Amino acid sequence: MVTIEQVQQKLNLKVLTMGEGSTPISSAYTSDLLSDVMANGEEGGALITIQGHKNSVAVASLIGLNTIILCNGRLPADDMVEAAEEESIAILVSQENQFTVSYKLAALLGLCN
Amino acid sequence: MVILIVVHLNISVYTHCMQTIPINTYNSPTIISELIMRLKIKDVMTRSLISVPMGTTMREVQKLMREKRITGVPVVDNKRLLGIVSMDDIIQALDFGYIEEKVEDHMSSNLILLDEDMPISFAIKYFDRYRYHRFPVLNKEKELAGIVTTRDIITRLLWEINNEVDSLERENLAVASSEGISLEHQVYPVRKLDFENAGHASTEIKKTLKQSDLFPRTIRRAAIASYELEMNIVVHSNGGTITAQYFPDKVIIIGEDTGPGIENLDEALKQGYSTATEWIRSLGFGAGMGLPNVKSVSDDFSITSTPEKTIVKSTILFSENEKKNLDKRS
Repeated sequence: MVTIEQVQQKLNLKVLTMGEGSTPISSAYTSDLLSDVMANGEEGGALITIQGHKNSVAVASLIGLNTIILCNGRLPADDMVEAAEEESIAILVSQENQFTVSYKLAALLGLCN
Repeated sequence: MVILIVVHLNISVYTHCMQTIPINTYNSPTIISELIMRLKIKDVMTRSLISVPMGTTMREVQKLMREKRITGVPVVDNKRLLGIVSMDDIIQALDFGYIEEKVEDHMSSNLILLDEDMPISFAIKYFDRYRYHRFPVLNKEKELAGIVTTRDIITRLLWEINNEVDSLERENLAVASSEGISLEHQVYPVRKLDFENAGHASTEIKKTLKQSDLFPRTIRRAAIASYELEMNIVVHSNGGTITAQYFPDKVIIIGEDTGPGIENLDEALKQGYSTATEWIRSLGFGAGMGLPNVKSVSDDFSITSTPEKTIVKSTILFSENEKKNLDKRS
């Protein structure tokens, strides 16, 4: 079981809002298409994306994702962080790209065999 | 049609008397940003031009200006723009006594040109930066295609904004008249290109469903259907509503908009088909997954579309076990 806080520390992610840091992340989905996330993201998972706007939070909240990891150092619009705080969703920023964040997180979640 | 053309090389002439156009793509309302990205210069420019060939004298141009009441004339060679003779150039010619000489020797040829396929946001930026009132526009073949003026742009924008305000007013009326509906029937207005509030209807519907003992899977299906229908209204329509009807054995979610309709329904239901603009795609929408997603989570799905109205109805049935749970509660 790996929590949001552990992921944030191990992947050296910048915290914009921590959500419920002690909640475990169970899986992750990597996509910039919100309909794709909507269809395939799993409850309790993280979203790895570059979409740094409020609509990503809406999608995360609707399907129960607890973390959004923004890649390539993207900084979101202020209203995205506000929305995420309201919904208790963590927003973390990585300087790395989606591919790198994905495999690092997969390793951390023990999904690499 | 009267065409006015002025190209001054002396920029300071205008700097004191012209205000900048107060809209742009980074901090104007979303509808305006989208508008000035979507409209191309060729959509607003004036196409029918009065021009003269090489060899024309400055005197002839002066006469043409007086007759046609214009203040500038392009000089072209086989549709290729060589320069523009402005009123200023004519005054200089009169002052310095070369009014009988040929235009190619005295026209302004150091011009700023725009491409007809540029978005008008580009033209606005140029008008602000250079303080000219008009720019010649070239087509792909680098031929003179028209002239764009600040007036062309402002007139078209006002026309579009009028339509927007008109539809907002009508929407507000519709919302006012739908108040007082029972709890089993919730209606949410959804505005065109309102990405700020997009997702509100779906979030509210999810909250309502969460209060019952439905399975998370069922709530998720309803959330997906309502979100995709809501985003479809935001991205593709002139605005509309999301309605949720709650029953003991099902929830029905209806997305209804006021046009412009779906041209090809069969295509719209295929994954990957989309009519969204590049700007909308850059936000992560318009990948052609919306309607297929709704269809795949629905137990019953129907869609009707005309240019005036599109109605999409998604029914999500509760399982027998869920119904038992709900019965126990009530």
